[in-house]
Amino acid sequence: MNSKNIYPNKRYIYLLLFISVFIFDSCTQSQSRNSGNNTHTKDYSNTKIFGEMVAELTAPPHVPPPVGNRPAMKLYMGMEITEEEMEMADGVSYMYWTFGGTVPGSFIRARVGDEVEFKIKNHPDNKLPHNIDLHAVTGQGGGAEASFVAPGHEKTFSFKLINPGLFVYHCATAPVGMHIANGMYGLIMVEPEGGLPPVDKEFYVMQGDFYTEGRFGEPGLQPFDMQKAYDERPDYVVFNGSTKALSGENALQAKAGETIRIFFGNGGPNLASSFHVIGEIFDRVYVDGGDQINSNVGTTLVPAGGAAILEFKADVPSNLVLVDHSIFRAFNKGALGILSVTGEENEKIFAGEIMEGIYLPEGSTIQKMPKDGNTVTAPVTMTKSELIDTGKKIYMQACFACHQANGEGVANAFPPLAEADYLNADVNRSIDVLLHGLSGEITVNGKKYNSIMPSQQLKDEEVAAVLTYVYNSWGNNGSEVTPEMVSKRRKK
Amino acid sequence: MKKLSLLMAGLLLISNVSSAQNNHMALIEGGEYIPLYGVGEQPETSVEDFYMDIHPVTYAEFQEFVNKQPKWQKSNVSKLFADSRYLSNWDNDLTAPAALLDKPITMVSWFAAKAYCECQGKRLPTVDEWEYAAMASGTKKDARRDSLYNVSILRSYEEPRTYLKTVGNSKANYWGLKDMHGMVWEWTQDFNSIILTGESRNNGNTDAGMFCAAGAIGANDMMNYAAFMRFAMRSSLKANFSLTTLGFRCAQDSGK
Repeated sequence: MNSKNIYPNKRYIYLLLFISVFIFDSCTQSQSRNSGNNTHTKDYSNTKIFGEMVAELTAPPHVPPPVGNRPAMKLYMGMEITEEEMEMADGVSYMYWTFGGTVPGSFIRARVGDEVEFKIKNHPDNKLPHNIDLHAVTGQGGGAEASFVAPGHEKTFSFKLINPGLFVYHCATAPVGMHIANGMYGLIMVEPEGGLPPVDKEFYVMQGDFYTEGRFGEPGLQPFDMQKAYDERPDYVVFNGSTKALSGENALQAKAGETIRIFFGNGGPNLASSFHVIGEIFDRVYVDGGDQINSNVGTTLVPAGGAAILEFKADVPSNLVLVDHSIFRAFNKGALGILSVTGEENEKIFAGEIMEGIYLPEGSTIQKMPKDGNTVTAPVTMTKSELIDTGKKIYMQACFACHQANGEGVANAFPPLAEADYLNADVNRSIDVLLHGLSGEITVNGKKYNSIMPSQQLKDEEVAAVLTYVYNSWGNNGSEVTPEMVSKRRKK
Repeated sequence: MKKLSLLMAGLLLISNVSSAQNNHMALIEGGEYIPLYGVGEQPETSVEDFYMDIHPVTYAEFQEFVNKQPKWQKSNVSKLFADSRYLSNWDNDLTAPAALLDKPITMVSWFAAKAYCECQGKRLPTVDEWEYAAMASGTKKDARRDSLYNVSILRSYEEPRTYLKTVGNSKANYWGLKDMHGMVWEWTQDFNSIILTGESRNNGNTDAGMFCAAGAIGANDMMNYAAFMRFAMRSSLKANFSLTTLGFRCAQDSGK
């Protein structure tokens, strides 16, 4: 601040100095708030240990119990490395290389200051040597060299955890990329003194990208594709090693009102994750798994080989959807998971659907919200061929997008109208569908459909026209629907 | 005169081949090649002519050996020369499991493999010899640029329990060798001369060349993943290790 030139008066200078000190001071305050409680400056290398125990390691999505208030201890832990075929998607399998038989590998939970004696065992049937690089470990390769172990052998090495945080571990044997691409990664949580604040539910979720010779969904045992890995073109981007690890019966479970903590890691090998939970907001994100806490976050970026701790309250019952918001990965490569929250609705937070209407941009005269009042216009009389002509135009504007130009529909989404048994069986039911919409499972020509058709805001004669058109096209039974018939159904 | 000497050389070659065939060996013509770790001003390594066993040593062959050599029977072997997994699937000192007789012998230490070869008047191949012979496909001496060939090797490395396959059923490579890939890892004389340390990303160590070479070769060299796996495997070994997935075959100088 070169305020002297502008304000030669000494009193002003003192005032400005005072103000500037104040401003500077407030800056440092906000900085220290952002960086948490500065635990990273504390030296834990000389922390005394009290007693010893065997650490419990868990398979995903579970995590071991929190460390709570316990002092630093000597921890014994062991992990077996396996190379085994497991399911990646329905009908698709892959030769995974694992820490502890799962992808991601077993979750390790410890406390800052703990001394760990780690035994790594390479199964005799394995073809390759392996090792482990724990990002939580200070020292040569994070333990990589000390843990390098041939098949049928085991190695023990030890380290002291001197930095708290959530860290990735992975295999670092050449070719490193391939070992990681085959699933050799996991998370180690080093809790701070006194432990993390308690929550109701904790989960372990880790993203990984996979490179297979066959395209997404191609059945059979899929070998690793090195060229795709090099090009960073994965066929699968999944949570916890498979497209089904967190859905269906494997969905994560919680109750409305519970506080949730997700230990989220990204094994890579290539892609960063734009992690998001559809329908929730993270109350707190421990950015990069470190001390800095960010609040009220929608999507958080987790780099390959990185991690983050995410906390939120599951406020209302619903199926929360975990995604990598690089969204094609979610919907086309498998990066989807479900956190099923059950319990009481809370309409203050989420009232649900209030109403649904058809939005049509300007120019359309076909679908309109009904006018206020109950003005009834006299039906216009049309011949069958007039009805069909008019109906065709309406069809092309209102129905074509889903049911398609020739009434063929879209497989698994929108049922066909052409030669459709469901349609031909009952004219009145068809009228009702247009007037009131239809949702839930129906069977058309032997195939099940379960989606939603909104009610159509059409006048009686328009409903009559479009239905007559449909009934007289594509091999249907030739029924004629009159405006009177529609009017009758509407009054019911 | 020139023609005559060529003819003589040809005859010599044929006689060598035939004698080697009697020993179930194939002649590998030497040459220069750039190994995976080859970097710097003179990356080429030259390999002399040599003979190599057509297929890995089988349980039947090794059984014959231990029957003649009591000190390599599993209850007699020195712990310095073989760890506790040595021949641990054998019923007794003299009898290999009957179902495995035509399978490649595994669970043998480097010391035992070396002793076996020396008993036959042979030796273990060097890493360079092994890698040189193994880069051949069915039609080419050096198929390392043939992506299909390399993909097939890489795929075979991922296949589990290939040590239970019967030897000699695969297609012979350019030199007439079988089962170089897709069956078992094989001991080499100097398996620990190229150290790929456990810390495979280290730049200040003996493996620096390998790491950089891989970077320089890039993805064009589809060989490198398979080769990396072999070199990593060798680096993880000690000479007394006896692994389920590790066998051997022998080599011999060409005598020129």
